[in-house]
Amino acid sequence: MFRFAFYRLLQAIPVLFIVISLTFMLVHSAPGGPFSADKAVPPEVIKALEAQYNLDQPLWQQYVSYVGDVLQGDFGPSFKYPGRDVTELIAAGLPATAELALYAMLVALVIGVSAGVAAAMRPNTAQDYIPMSAAMIGICMPSFLLGPLLVLIFGIHLEWLPVSGWGDIPGDKILPAITLGTGYAAYIARLSRGGMLEVLSQDYIRTARAKGLSEPVVVAKHALRGGLIPVIAFLGPAFAGLLGGSFVVETVFQIPGLGRFYVQAAFNRDYTMILGTTVFFSTLIIIFNLLSDMLAIWLNPKLRQQTQGASL
Amino acid sequence: MKNCARLPLLFSLFLLMPTLLLSACGGGENNVDQGNRDGTLHWGNGTEPQSLDPHIATGVPEHNIITALMEGLVAKDSKTLAPKAGVAEYWTISEDGRVYTFKLRENARWSNGDPHNAHDYVWSWWRALQPALGNLYAYMYFSIDNAKEYYEGTITDFDQVGIKALDDFTLQVTLSNPTPYFLQLLDHYSLYPVHRGTVEKFGTADERGTRWTYEGNHVGNGAFQLSAWKINRRITVQRNPFYWNADHVGLNQIVFYPTENAVSEERMFRAGQLHRTSSVPSDKIPSYLETQNSSLRISPYLGTYFYRINTSVPHLQSKLVRRALALTIDREAITKNILKGGQIPAYAFTPPGTMGYYPESNLRFDPETARQLLAEAGYLNGKDFPTTEILYNTNESHRKIAVAIQQMWKKHLNIDIKLLNQEWKVYLDSESIGNYEISRAAWIGDYVDPNNFLDMFLCNGGNNRTGWCNAEYDYLIGDIAPTVKTHAERLAVFGRAEKLLMDELPVIPIYTYTSISLVNQAVKNYPSNILNKANYSEIYLQAEPQQMPLTEDQY
Repeated sequence: MFRFAFYRLLQAIPVLFIVISLTFMLVHSAPGGPFSADKAVPPEVIKALEAQYNLDQPLWQQYVSYVGDVLQGDFGPSFKYPGRDVTELIAAGLPATAELALYAMLVALVIGVSAGVAAAMRPNTAQDYIPMSAAMIGICMPSFLLGPLLVLIFGIHLEWLPVSGWGDIPGDKILPAITLGTGYAAYIARLSRGGMLEVLSQDYIRTARAKGLSEPVVVAKHALRGGLIPVIAFLGPAFAGLLGGSFVVETVFQIPGLGRFYVQAAFNRDYTMILGTTVFFSTLIIIFNLLSDMLAIWLNPKLRQQTQGASL
Repeated sequence: MKNCARLPLLFSLFLLMPTLLLSACGGGENNVDQGNRDGTLHWGNGTEPQSLDPHIATGVPEHNIITALMEGLVAKDSKTLAPKAGVAEYWTISEDGRVYTFKLRENARWSNGDPHNAHDYVWSWWRALQPALGNLYAYMYFSIDNAKEYYEGTITDFDQVGIKALDDFTLQVTLSNPTPYFLQLLDHYSLYPVHRGTVEKFGTADERGTRWTYEGNHVGNGAFQLSAWKINRRITVQRNPFYWNADHVGLNQIVFYPTENAVSEERMFRAGQLHRTSSVPSDKIPSYLETQNSSLRISPYLGTYFYRINTSVPHLQSKLVRRALALTIDREAITKNILKGGQIPAYAFTPPGTMGYYPESNLRFDPETARQLLAEAGYLNGKDFPTTEILYNTNESHRKIAVAIQQMWKKHLNIDIKLLNQEWKVYLDSESIGNYEISRAAWIGDYVDPNNFLDMFLCNGGNNRTGWCNAEYDYLIGDIAPTVKTHAERLAVFGRAEKLLMDELPVIPIYTYTSISLVNQAVKNYPSNILNKANYSEIYLQAEPQQMPLTEDQY
């Protein structure tokens, strides 16, 4: 297992290098510079600013210097927010984004696994059709629609929950977590249903039932472990997606997260911020994919054997 | 099997329990009610500020916070914007209008208790004129004698610039020409002083973006001092006990929120989380107007929405063509049917009423004359007129206006127009290099004077971007206006220049902006003005007795 993780981490190095290089090329080739503004910027100012951020150097020199800094863990200063380092801005936004992703994942797992398991227990009945139809609606409903809808109902009409903020008013994390988690809940519901249906038809489940075990015990103790493997494989990319894709929810609910910086950086041509956040999110995606693969291997004896075989 | 089917349901309820419990806590006192009691103003501020350094910052959100933290030599009346005493207790102006002598208040202090004197201004203004600092508002100093020359490096001795501290509390400023709006400039944040000790503690004077403006470091001279800066969350300022007029400050605290999304901001206002919003979603304005909701505030704003015409494009070089285009825009229809926010149709470039200036204009909606002019230019009934492109930055309101104008020009002139939207930075790039035919634009005044609008179109004006250059116009704005003796004469010169601009039409004015916001009834002494500038030291909160909450229908 450790050897597997080690090889996967080794593979990540060229991947990250390619990500940095491609992003660097793309941001520098995008039209419009970081210092352009609607009011004319005097040439003296442009010159001073370019010198300050090393933009007066040849592009290859900027690239070499940037890669060198990144290797030392320095993402450089933000162009948009003078005096703020990219690392500092990532550190400022990450806690809210990570917390939001965690709660959304909990919502997604609770709703998704429950619905998927319930549907798999009685396939092709109302107990299957209703949660699966709801899942399809959940997949189709974008967060920029669901968020304001929930706010309107629970925030404005019923006045049960705050309409925005993060950690300021009790309960202000509920609606964002549900909004972000719903789409993923729907995916997880479909994956759980598929996984459970397959497992429940296996011989060992029949054996467990034949031994006289009650159905809850059969499901909870024997079926869930195998049935949720597809869900676990999905968790890594899903968590990375939740971290990197929370921009809309952060905007709708005024959450001080990283997603807003990420998107705004592109609009502002904040080169270092774009690069820093891209590298950061790429690293997270690689790590979460690795973790979910390792978890899947740990849960699935078949995969474990294959990995050991490959390692030998 | 039945028991088993209930298992997931029970599991879900168990895990959702904390959520349900938390929801029960949601019904507490909202920000506004609490703020009204403890004197905290909750202010929707648009975006996260880039910087709170007055010599680096640009933009309205930055302006709002900096004016709470700092004060200039001269302040403005909240309603009329007439200059009034700020850090300077009084001032005198020489007969030739060039020398201003300011007597500073001896009880003025920085927020750390340090004395605040005339030398602070000399040092701060020297700092603001260092090109390495990247001050985009350096041009605000250029009316001061030799300031422009120093900034551009023509002279290197700052002693030659017309800024002198005669003693600790007397500052003398010499202008290169009489500048009637100079006192107004002193209330712009780019001319605010900074605390030398603090700036130098965190870097050199001309170093851009040091940490001196951060929470715990910032030192200002305004009615409030920075107490917390939580990135993308909120900026909190508290009453400054060292402010010279601290006894008359009505608020204890202001919380500025980066409310980027207008729809979310409006919801926050309705839920009692904000006293004031920075904007109102345009599709919500009609319902607020219909229900006569007293929270909605619409007031004239010193800004013009216009179309630039690239006069180097062959078929747009003709003055007749440009006039035909300008005469077939139904501005009333645009403001009433599309914008719906009380915007004023613009028939001249400078907003009417700017320092008592009302530009004359022969622009109007006149399709008949426009068709004749187009025919005179060689395009009878629009025949052979090349398909022309309107460039705008991606925004729903700009798109709607461009579509309306496209239809108006097709209907009245029978010419084909293509629409091209570009992302903001790409659009800026295209416009600045002249890679457009007709382009949407806007200009918001920094100070209340026609000069701030009309000097844009000087031949070498950086914001001209139309390729239009007129020697007579340059002479009137650049040479005559600064030297005339009386205000009336000056306005007459501007009138002549603007008439010339509206005859030649390198720009087509469309409407004058309004500032639109939602303001809670508890916010007192916050009058509207055309710069949409709030004087936080005068605002106070007083909840209306037994104020009934508005129902959904009333919004």
